[in-house]
Amino acid sequence: MVILSIFLGIEVISRVPSVLHTPLMSGANAIHGVIIIGSIIVMGEAAPDNYLALVLGFVAVIVGTLNVVGGFVVTDRMLEMFKDKGKGVNQTKGK
Amino acid sequence: MEASILSVCYIIGSVSFILGLKMLSHPATARRGNLVSAAGMSIAILGTLIFYQSNGEHLHNYVWIAAALVIGSIIGAVAARKVKMTAMPEMVSIFNGMGGLCAALISVVEFGRLTDLNDSMRILAILAGMVIGTVSFAGSMIAYGKLSEKIKDHTFPGQHVINLVLLAVIIVLSGLLIHGGVLPTNVLFYGILGLSVVYGIFFVMPIGGADMPVVISLLNSFTGIATACGGFLYNNPVMLTGGILVGSAGAILTILMCKAMNRSLQNVLIGSFGGTKATADQATGEQGTYKEISLNDSAMVMKYSKKVIIVPGYGLAVAQAQHTCHELEKVLKDNGVEVKYAIHPVAGRMPGHMNVLLAEADVSYDDLMELEEANEVFGDADVVLILGANDVVNPAAESNPASPIYGMPVLQVWKSKLVIVNKRSMRPGYAGIENQLFFNPNTSMLFGDAKGVLQQLNTEIKALG
Repeated sequence: MVILSIFLGIEVISRVPSVLHTPLMSGANAIHGVIIIGSIIVMGEAAPDNYLALVLGFVAVIVGTLNVVGGFVVTDRMLEMFKDKGKGVNQTKGK
Repeated sequence: MEASILSVCYIIGSVSFILGLKMLSHPATARRGNLVSAAGMSIAILGTLIFYQSNGEHLHNYVWIAAALVIGSIIGAVAARKVKMTAMPEMVSIFNGMGGLCAALISVVEFGRLTDLNDSMRILAILAGMVIGTVSFAGSMIAYGKLSEKIKDHTFPGQHVINLVLLAVIIVLSGLLIHGGVLPTNVLFYGILGLSVVYGIFFVMPIGGADMPVVISLLNSFTGIATACGGFLYNNPVMLTGGILVGSAGAILTILMCKAMNRSLQNVLIGSFGGTKATADQATGEQGTYKEISLNDSAMVMKYSKKVIIVPGYGLAVAQAQHTCHELEKVLKDNGVEVKYAIHPVAGRMPGHMNVLLAEADVSYDDLMELEEANEVFGDADVVLILGANDVVNPAAESNPASPIYGMPVLQVWKSKLVIVNKRSMRPGYAGIENQLFFNPNTSMLFGDAKGVLQQLNTEIKALG
């Protein structure tokens, strides 16, 4: 699984046209926001009287959500500008 | 039963990340790719909320989790909607830092819950997630500060040595913590935490603003690895795939960016760019004199040219002049001038940043040329208009082996008949080196803020009728 993911990551990126580098970085940025699952687990397993864990977990879920939601929305905004304009011709730009 | 539904959710999540990244790499499918990843993420999160069990117990504290999710979503969505396209790199940097912070916080809590101090694999995963997450967080915040020009470059003698020593100390202390028994574990753990913050700051501090894209991409990759550590910790497949995917993709993207700037990663990390070398270069390089051109004359030559190539750079991004630039393009085209854009891969603040900005201003893809394509046609151009670009059009990259940017592919604008350079002043660019181009006989300088100058050019050209 680990090796496969490394391989897939390399394989996918090495063919990206430079036009898409910024949105891609942003999209990848949103994907590592999956760390939020860890923070949900931390929060959900914390004992109700363990205030330190609750507070830290709470902050962790907030910042994790920021990463996920903000990341996807920003990426979508960038890509929104690319739609309906090139009508396929833009694909010839990619090398 | 519930556990297997959760596994299915995680498989869907992992597959959607891979598919999403793949689709993101083609212009036609990029937007859908982003949505696919987002949908996969939602399924993985919902699955965790509903089906996750440890030792036969569901999660609790749902109210708090829901509250945090709502707060985070609102702030994230609003921030991402409101941010200007030119400030995008800063935003990505902040979001990346948040991911790193999240990973670090998880590790801190998990460390507090640690019961078996002999479980070295678990401690290793916690430590690695904490150190990498913290470095990514601290580094991203500094990168944000630098991009928004709140923080200046700071270097002091021996900084690289101190950075290496810091890193070595972090590794040694981590080793001691895993081995156990030497110092109280709490002292070691929080000591490492503090050192990681300092290291993250020192790591990014000496690196020049021009290299920030590379740094953000690298830190992005770091956060991916920190996420993967979290995946190991919880034995969670979707965190593992997502993290490693971003880790490796980020690493490759970093290398691609370094290649575009012809820098080695080591060179970027040590952060020697623009420091000692550049001053030496300045001292020896002859200054020469430069010519200025008036707005009126610029308007005149451009209006009566056959072919104008616009080279947008960092200055255009800062002045947010992309719309005005598109305006100029339309005015010129109305006058029968052929207008093209030449985009250097690292123009602007992030690779591809210029493309995003120009796309925002509705500039057609057909008018954008990449480096190689542009270099073939500069000879045919009557006028090349450079808008706040500097290092990417510096002939020293091809002619002067002593120059710090020697070997970087640049736009060969000097091949055209006339080069008009719009800059705010004669100050050197981010790399801090003189540009011989400005002293060339066929170069004329047009000083001023890119947006103001473009607006005046538009009026002038229209006035010429």
